[in-house]
Amino acid sequence: MSTAASLHRSRKRKNAVMMALCTIAAGIGLVWLALILGALLYKGLSGLSLSVFTQMTPPPGDAGGLLNAIYGSIVMTVIGIVVGTPIGVLAGTYMAEYGRFSRLTTVVRFINDILLSAPSIIVGLFVYELMVRPMGHFSAIAGAVALSILVIPVVVRTTEDMLNLVPNALREAGTAIGAPRWVVIRSVAYRAALSGIVTGILLAIARISGETAPLLFTALNNQFWSSNLNAPMASLPVTIFQFALSPYEEWQQLAWTGALIITLTVLGLSIFARSLTGRREDR
Amino acid sequence: MTAVSEAVTSSAIRTREATVRRFALTDTIFRTVTRLSAILVLVLLGGVAVSLIAGSWEALSKFGFSFLTTESWNPVTENFGALAPIYGTVVTSAIAILIAVPIGIGIAVFLTELCPRPLRRPIGIAVELLAGIPSIIYGIWGLFVFAPFLQTTVQPFIINLFHGIPGLASLFAGPPYGIGLLTSSLILAIMVLPFITSITKDVFDTVPAVLKESAYGIGCTTWEVTRRVVIPYTRVGIMGGVMLGLGRALGETMAVTFVIGNAHRISASLFAPGTTISATIANEFTEADGELYTSSLVALGLILFIITFIILALARYMLLRIDSRTGA
Repeated sequence: MSTAASLHRSRKRKNAVMMALCTIAAGIGLVWLALILGALLYKGLSGLSLSVFTQMTPPPGDAGGLLNAIYGSIVMTVIGIVVGTPIGVLAGTYMAEYGRFSRLTTVVRFINDILLSAPSIIVGLFVYELMVRPMGHFSAIAGAVALSILVIPVVVRTTEDMLNLVPNALREAGTAIGAPRWVVIRSVAYRAALSGIVTGILLAIARISGETAPLLFTALNNQFWSSNLNAPMASLPVTIFQFALSPYEEWQQLAWTGALIITLTVLGLSIFARSLTGRREDR
Repeated sequence: MTAVSEAVTSSAIRTREATVRRFALTDTIFRTVTRLSAILVLVLLGGVAVSLIAGSWEALSKFGFSFLTTESWNPVTENFGALAPIYGTVVTSAIAILIAVPIGIGIAVFLTELCPRPLRRPIGIAVELLAGIPSIIYGIWGLFVFAPFLQTTVQPFIINLFHGIPGLASLFAGPPYGIGLLTSSLILAIMVLPFITSITKDVFDTVPAVLKESAYGIGCTTWEVTRRVVIPYTRVGIMGGVMLGLGRALGETMAVTFVIGNAHRISASLFAPGTTISATIANEFTEADGELYTSSLVALGLILFIITFIILALARYMLLRIDSRTGA
């Protein structure tokens, strides 16, 4: 009897210890998030002023802003999304609609999942070999292509998942009134899955707006204002990289401010994207 | 009268046939376009492989297999070997995974078993937001906040603690730079933690409630249910999540580049600066002059591509297995 009681006690003790460790683990996870965001706000906010958005990146030891870098980031992100999204949506459409049970879909899904988590610096090397080397110089368009390659897997994945959630009864109803397959897809399936597909695109924007590695040797960097797509272009992440590793105080401050801008953008986009699908789940 | 109505019907049939043909044509076009887009995904991965092999051909044909076993990395004499970056990549990723896996599983257990219901969603979202933060943010934080903290407090303490103990002393030998292999490992651990946590939590959610309830019903404690029911049931899925985290850690560039120190040598001490494959490429690619130098860097990329491809393929295979089980 007493051994049973002591066994019971030791089991309870072990349980309490392990559960305490799990709680501590969760605490550690949240503490990191708080520490990083805290440091970012503390260091970034002090440099946040209007001139950040109105002035060009300064030469060493001078005051300035991040206007050309922000502009370059927006341009390349927009082109990357515009190029990558249609391809991703169409590929996802094939996988969920026409080829739902085909061999090709299984293979593409597997490869797509690998592309989704492949190191982004590899994509940078690929675009370097594909575009920069033949063209003979770095260019914003090469950077945009590298970003679009990162967009495709994200959009493919969410589009396929979201179209698979559309009930087949809806498609059958469309087919029953004589609509051909592509009209059913366009007017029924896309419409039903719209918020999910938009979420995927938002997540893709969030992903590429902070990407540095694929831009390092495609778009390179540019200290001056440039809207020429065929020339090197500054971007916020690459500028942060360059400025943070420099010995100049002004540059380091701008790097922190830029980091804050990127983080707020990415977090804002992720939260917005989540709220879109969150509403769907509640319904 | 009948002739007129026949004419009307036949013309109606003709327009209907035309419409059907048009529908069929547009459908074929749309179908082909979507199919081509799907094939493009395959072409992309194939293109990456082909371009990396083509770009690294010069280095690989010059150095051959010894590229993998040479530590020297000398742009002046144009003698390149990948051993130091490979070593740094493997060591930092392994340490990161060793730290992140227990914590990640702990958080997943907390979220699925312990956490009060109203807090579950916010904490789950917070963990996933952590996954979305760009790696350069971790890098700049690591360089300016974390590394100086380690340099002034943690590292001197550990160096003194293990001083004179054989093995450990050389593993944690000074001087405390702040940056180095261990700092990179810790940053990587923080980065892969959200991935491992969210996948582990997802696979924990696939455990049928009746399994857990029957274990609770015979008087198991929460820990026993987790240890004897949940973890065995989801083992494959957890391994998939760990592999996915490992894939991330191996290929992570910016966070590591800031804090690794970029030194092409292999030292026993975890406090020493080192380098990883991705950090070497990021640091040196634009400054590389000479075909052989560039080609050697692309060859590093090819090695990284092959390693991550294998790891990620294994991860997907394991996660597919747990998916098919829940689907059945």
